[in-house]
Amino acid sequence: MQWGSLTEFVAMGGYGLYVWTSFGATALCMVWEVLAVWRRHAAATAGSRDVS
Amino acid sequence: MSFMGINWFKYSSPQAFHPLAGKMIPWFAAAALGLIGVGLYIGFFVAPTDFQQGDAYRIIFVHVPAAWMSMFLYVIMAVWAGLGLGLNARPSFMMAQAIAPTGAMFTFLALLTGAMWGKPTWGAWWVWDARLTSELILLFQYIGIILLRASIDDLRRADRASAVLALVGVVNVPIIYFSVKWWNTLHQGASVSMTASPKMATTMVTAMLVMTLGFWMYSFAVTLARMRCVIVERERLPSWGKHSSIQDVAEAR
Repeated sequence: MQWGSLTEFVAMGGYGLYVWTSFGATALCMVWEVLAVWRRHAAATAGSRDVS
Repeated sequence: MSFMGINWFKYSSPQAFHPLAGKMIPWFAAAALGLIGVGLYIGFFVAPTDFQQGDAYRIIFVHVPAAWMSMFLYVIMAVWAGLGLGLNARPSFMMAQAIAPTGAMFTFLALLTGAMWGKPTWGAWWVWDARLTSELILLFQYIGIILLRASIDDLRRADRASAVLALVGVVNVPIIYFSVKWWNTLHQGASVSMTASPKMATTMVTAMLVMTLGFWMYSFAVTLARMRCVIVERERLPSWGKHSSIQDVAEAR
């Protein structure tokens, strides 16, 4: 473990902006894609009965 | 063909595949969450700070898996497209259709995280380097395949046209992969190869590989889920998840 404190962890040795933008954008895209597919399935099956 | 007493050909029918995919998705999703969690832990708390790049190198833990997935998914999409053309099989085309958006998303993420890494290490968000340019072309290929399909109303023609485009575009994948060898690029060479020992600390490689496995599991889960959407949208049977009578099916068609 190389982080002394939470502030140090967030700062990422001065590269915090780049590191957290990368990880944040990846997380956002993946969560957005899951939600989009979820809604698409709900919309596609809205007309039919008994769909799990 | 029976393997473990299961008739696998049954699942080449969309009606049989739909519930099977529904059962598989939670397992892939759980595996993805677990692997990505472990990968992030190793990447941020176990792997040491790089002596040259400081902590900026940690972007590798999303950048390389995303870039690998963008190429893997393209090849898998093209294989399904080729199978669809060769066997005239609807489910193969559906599979190709289900993979394209996820591949495009990973390509976009590879480019974005690359820019985030390029700025602090090279001093530029973007350079017209062989690796970066060929990856940008891959993004345009994915977008082209998705838009071509959307622009043709006849499903069978849309399937064939986008499959041909996907197959032709496969030529770009080796170009992306070998671009760092064939041309003098600013982009660094391969981080991991089959023939040489890794150029990074073991914990760094481990985090990167675990994240890649997690992205694989995520891709399985999300493309299977989209495959279910595509099946329902295209087949429009009266009721999925329940046995349909012959009359129901006849009415739906």
